[in-house]
Amino acid sequence: MTNRLSPFLAVMMLLGFVFLYGPIASVIVYSFNASRLVTVWAGFSTHWYGELMHNEQIKTAAAVSFEIAVMAATGALILGTLAGFVLSRYRRFVGRTVFGALITGPLVMPEVITGLSLLLLFVALEQAIGWPQGRGIPTIVIAHITLGMAYVSVVVEARLSSFDRSLEEAALDLGARPAKVFFVITLPLIAPALVAGWLLAFTLSLDDLVIASFTTGPSATTLPMVIFSSVRLGVSPQINALATILLVVVACAVLIAGRLVARTRRPARA
Amino acid sequence: MSTAHLIIEGVVKRFPDAAAAAVDGVTLEIGAGEFFALLGPSGCGKTTLLRMLAGFERPDRGRILIDGQDMAAVPPYARPTNMMFQSYALFPHMTVAENVAFGLKQDKRPRAEIAERVKAMLDLVKLAPLAGRKPGQLSGGEKQRVALARALVKEPKLLLLDEPLTALDRKLREETRFEIVRIQQRVGITFMLVTHDQEEAMSMASRIAVMERGKIAQVGPPADVYERPANRFVAGFLGAINLFAARVARSESGVVHLQSDEAGASLSVMHAKALTPGTAVTVAVRPEKLLLGSTANPAWPNALSGAVRGLAYRGEASDVEIELASGKLMRATIANADPQARAALALGQRIFLGWRREAGVVLES
Amino acid sequence: MSWRRYLVALPPYAWLALFFLVPFLIVLKISLADQAMGIPPYTPLLADGTLHASGANYQFLASDSLYARAYLNSIWFAASATLGCLLIGYPLAYAIVRAPSRWRNALLLLVILPFWTSFLIRVYAWIGLLKSNGFINNVLIDIGLVHTPLTLLNNSFSVYVGLIYSYLPYMVLPLYAALEKLDPALLEAAADLGCRPSRAFWRVTVPLSMPGIVAGALLVFIPMCGEFVIPDLLGGPSTLMIGHVLWDEFFTNRDWPLAAAVAVAMLVLLVLPMVFLRRYLTGEERA
Repeated sequence: MTNRLSPFLAVMMLLGFVFLYGPIASVIVYSFNASRLVTVWAGFSTHWYGELMHNEQIKTAAAVSFEIAVMAATGALILGTLAGFVLSRYRRFVGRTVFGALITGPLVMPEVITGLSLLLLFVALEQAIGWPQGRGIPTIVIAHITLGMAYVSVVVEARLSSFDRSLEEAALDLGARPAKVFFVITLPLIAPALVAGWLLAFTLSLDDLVIASFTTGPSATTLPMVIFSSVRLGVSPQINALATILLVVVACAVLIAGRLVARTRRPARA
Repeated sequence: MSTAHLIIEGVVKRFPDAAAAAVDGVTLEIGAGEFFALLGPSGCGKTTLLRMLAGFERPDRGRILIDGQDMAAVPPYARPTNMMFQSYALFPHMTVAENVAFGLKQDKRPRAEIAERVKAMLDLVKLAPLAGRKPGQLSGGEKQRVALARALVKEPKLLLLDEPLTALDRKLREETRFEIVRIQQRVGITFMLVTHDQEEAMSMASRIAVMERGKIAQVGPPADVYERPANRFVAGFLGAINLFAARVARSESGVVHLQSDEAGASLSVMHAKALTPGTAVTVAVRPEKLLLGSTANPAWPNALSGAVRGLAYRGEASDVEIELASGKLMRATIANADPQARAALALGQRIFLGWRREAGVVLES
Repeated sequence: MSWRRYLVALPPYAWLALFFLVPFLIVLKISLADQAMGIPPYTPLLADGTLHASGANYQFLASDSLYARAYLNSIWFAASATLGCLLIGYPLAYAIVRAPSRWRNALLLLVILPFWTSFLIRVYAWIGLLKSNGFINNVLIDIGLVHTPLTLLNNSFSVYVGLIYSYLPYMVLPLYAALEKLDPALLEAAADLGCRPSRAFWRVTVPLSMPGIVAGALLVFIPMCGEFVIPDLLGGPSTLMIGHVLWDEFFTNRDWPLAAAVAVAMLVLLVLPMVFLRRYLTGEERA
């Protein structure tokens, strides 16, 4: 833009970031607080990290959440990419408007409704055909795939819309069949969007409380559910430690992904 | 049955939601090894026709035959055609060599053969040292040559070029023109060029088809189309032209004599066909064919007079705008090789102009 | 060629039909049933060959003022918090667009990063900050601004803070996208024609970024209406929102049919904004 950053805007931006990161900073800082009380600083200590490492409940829940997130993200990526492709390329076919509504539905639907409706579906299915027998990890995965694919499809569709179709035509012209063109030309060039989509679906799944609560069963407790019940009882520094670890992991993942994307983008963008 | 290399027969293409057909009954025959150009303004259907040859669009009616084979159900990846795209469409994630090799890999040629043919092609377009670079690291002219090499390496029966020079700057355009023609003569492949730039078409092609609104207006060698346009559209599209409404006075032995109120004089044009006296026609004469003088020259069979209203110096030539007594504005172009003639011109000055019988053209429509 | 399209479209289509569309029909069906003991805890639709549907749940919703209040509360909170997001998010997005281009990606990443960290934990962080003996109160007392702790938690204020905080990235991104597309030449033209920068902002920048404002507002407003976690953790008795009501009916009261009716009513409320947003999401990418 023409003018550079005015002092007023710079201050507003700084305040905005302080607002965004203040709570996060407080969580990290207090994870190292020797005192149990969040309000009093009693010296630096990694005591809570140690306790966290021995907390079986949290560790199991973390493993469950991770497992669900990986499966859900992968499923969401596959279905979401197909959906994004359909949204972007196929403009006229019977049922397209319905398809468009369906695919973006989970995006705009409040989570309590999505969660409730899926649970009711699973119960009804169990009654009618005997599957799923009780709810647990599989049902949560299904729910998260449904949610995640909506986000992935938006990301993929946006990427495909700005994709230079003449590249695909050139490949066809040179003798490659349509499926080959998709895998050899289109897919590599939209790969960063796919990675972003997977990470998005992964994070959504890892972080989801409401839908998981509705669609889970006695055997599957996810990390957010553990955190939620723990938080309701009162603030616990172990949670701070957990939060800090998660934050560091996510920050690293995002940085690495960002680097990868920047590297593949350096030559001319398609 | 014609044995022409490329036969386009009565092809019609209409897009949904379009008022008029994009291509409205085009028939053309092109011989093997020809350098052919489709010329026309944007929207005339030339690109659609090109895409139908490549296989990206299907004609609603008509046939396309390449070397005798009907292309009706043949998809683009199975056709003996290759296209050089306007945006070059180089695969950004592959090197120059990989781009050029792509088509050969689809044909599953042996690796050694691919390497050899890629090298030969890169040598032909003088890009061998850049073989390991990616498209993002190339200049516009270099990208264009890669696109050409990639399309040629499969030795297609027909090479399609979609506005190949439009993205280049002027100097590069002129250099590249010669190179493309040279390459075509060397490889002997039939080239089909699509462009809106009449200079590009005339300087490269051996035959041009001028298109207007989905139909062919005229086909012929560049000189024919330029010197003897078939109608007003072709005359006006191929360059600047002066047009006079005129009425036939009489025809005799290859010359038509006419009367024109616009010109304010009687005109005579060489015209093979005899025309009925009284017919209303248009007389066309190119600006560079006009002869100017400060006095009337009795030797001129067509002689007009007017006043200089505008002068534009263009380096190699000057454009002179002249207003006739009838109010009509004419354009003359004189080479600046003769400084004397140019020096004699001044705004507002009274001027005489004329042209030879063979310089003018009669257009019946 | 066209059969291939259907093949590609089939997996997502079938999945969504089964796991998104059908569930809603079931919600609708169950909202017309009665609470019952056993598994599942609702009466079947067809029993003994007759249809057992009743609008009893809906009547109940309409009659009990608790639900009306919860709905209105939800809309009120969501609307106000959306405005709050806009007021904080617009300058932030604008500042990022104006920043030197080499910083822009990093700044955007900084805006998005909180989104990637646990939503629950960020909300939970506010508890620690807003408590009577929390960080903010401690600082205020220490520097002498107040003498007794302010009630910053378990009230409307904390819910607003929580909502605005959690949904801010969703507002900033569409705003940034819209502002980034703005042609700086337009502002230069305005200046050239004698328009002061502050007026140019309201006359040129804001109207042209309206699609981003609308998208961000809808993207934020709709989920906020059904928000559960934030009112539950940060709110109090006066901040009852409809998402919370649904949760309670379902988990606490075990009244599935009533919860289903609440959901249907919520959907009806939100259907228009959802349609607008959907149209924007799939249309805007083309711009």
